[in-house]
Amino acid sequence: MYAHPFSYHRAGSLVEASKLLQQLGEEARLIAGGQSLIPLMKMRMARPSALVDINFIPGLSEIRRSDGQLRFGALARHADIEASDAALLIPIVHDCAAGIADVQVRNQGTIGGSLAEADPSGDWGAVLLTLDTSVRCSRPSGERTIALDDFFKDAYTTVLGHDELISEIIVKQLVKNSGGAYLAFKRSAPVYATASAAVQLTLGDNDTCKDVRIVLGCVGLTAIRAKEAEETLRGKKLEEKRIESAAEAARVAAEPQDDMRGSADYKRVLIAALVKRAIGIAVRRARGEQVEAGHEYVGR
Amino acid sequence: MSDAEKIMVRLRVNGEPREALVEPRTLLVELLRDHFNLTGTHIGCDTTYCGACTVLLNGRTVKSCTVFAPMAEGGEIITVEGLSKSGKLHPVQQAFAECHGLQCGFCTPGLLLSTVHLLSKTPKPSEKEIRKGIAGNTCRCTGYQNILKAVRAAAVEMEKR
Repeated sequence: MYAHPFSYHRAGSLVEASKLLQQLGEEARLIAGGQSLIPLMKMRMARPSALVDINFIPGLSEIRRSDGQLRFGALARHADIEASDAALLIPIVHDCAAGIADVQVRNQGTIGGSLAEADPSGDWGAVLLTLDTSVRCSRPSGERTIALDDFFKDAYTTVLGHDELISEIIVKQLVKNSGGAYLAFKRSAPVYATASAAVQLTLGDNDTCKDVRIVLGCVGLTAIRAKEAEETLRGKKLEEKRIESAAEAARVAAEPQDDMRGSADYKRVLIAALVKRAIGIAVRRARGEQVEAGHEYVGR
Repeated sequence: MSDAEKIMVRLRVNGEPREALVEPRTLLVELLRDHFNLTGTHIGCDTTYCGACTVLLNGRTVKSCTVFAPMAEGGEIITVEGLSKSGKLHPVQQAFAECHGLQCGFCTPGLLLSTVHLLSKTPKPSEKEIRKGIAGNTCRCTGYQNILKAVRAAAVEMEKR
């Protein structure tokens, strides 16, 4: 399949990429790994007149630790993150990086591209919203840092300006007694998940939930923060009944649509089950247990 | 499209320097098949699903139907044609032949490259690592059992070397 013709421009720096976007106009788009954009272009659902390739900008794929933060260059590939020491420090990051699509897509797709694309079924948005995450952005007039909570506006829409691009994703390291888990249910490896749940919590004394974030993926126009579900747990003892209530609140908070991946009703049932299990794994991890979690599909 | 709007892509394929003047929308798999006549890399689904078009780009597998050719500029590509050396099959190819890890053969070039990549990163893969390593490659003939056998056999053979 052929994409609609476009002109191709290779950026050597962040500033050059911004300037190219400015010069080439609103119909120009950035390309990083291209694992979402290229399929969309081949199906003619996206028809940019020009592509600005940022893959050749040096130093943009580094993963670093500094001052209690993990810093992911916008071009860090999912596979790089999966294999990084950084991911070991925040297990939910590893859950996500290790299971996005398949090996080939993880070798090429980038964390910055995933956030900027803002696909309702994207994995990184849901996962990083459970953490203290900010997005460093670059544009011709300078830099700014945006809290991820303020980053997504709608499906495929972020607050990024046309000539603005992500340079780095900054994640605060976890406080003590924290644990998280990301569970994404999909039919097979290469497809988007049917539904996903990201949970990150901190334990207080006597098995109480000191703090928690619960985010639902693939069941709305953007990832959905299930605040009512969080409230059923925050400050409370993590008992089976309360976890059930949180899962029920998540089911209500979901806004799924019928599609080829399943009916809206099915996705609500699925999201409740995923949230319940993700809380369970998050608690065990917060207690220091090693538990495997991530994307689940038949044959895995 | 006039030649002026085309772009020169220079890279190495199976160790040989290659170049072609192409439209930017040319996919890596089309560059390999239509411009370099390396038709061993197959186009299956053309939608980033099946993995028949898998090649190595700078030592890592990619789906070559999901890379625009200019993005591979300066890259080192290995296709299925680059696996055998002086007429001798690569151990992964040998294992697929011996274990009957193929029937129609359409998915095979992609599976071979995915296996080469898996074993380069994980020389002694567990069953789970094997399944995860080839999860991006779809085969519609074999039911995968013989493919799994072939990957295990290739791992054993390559460990000996």
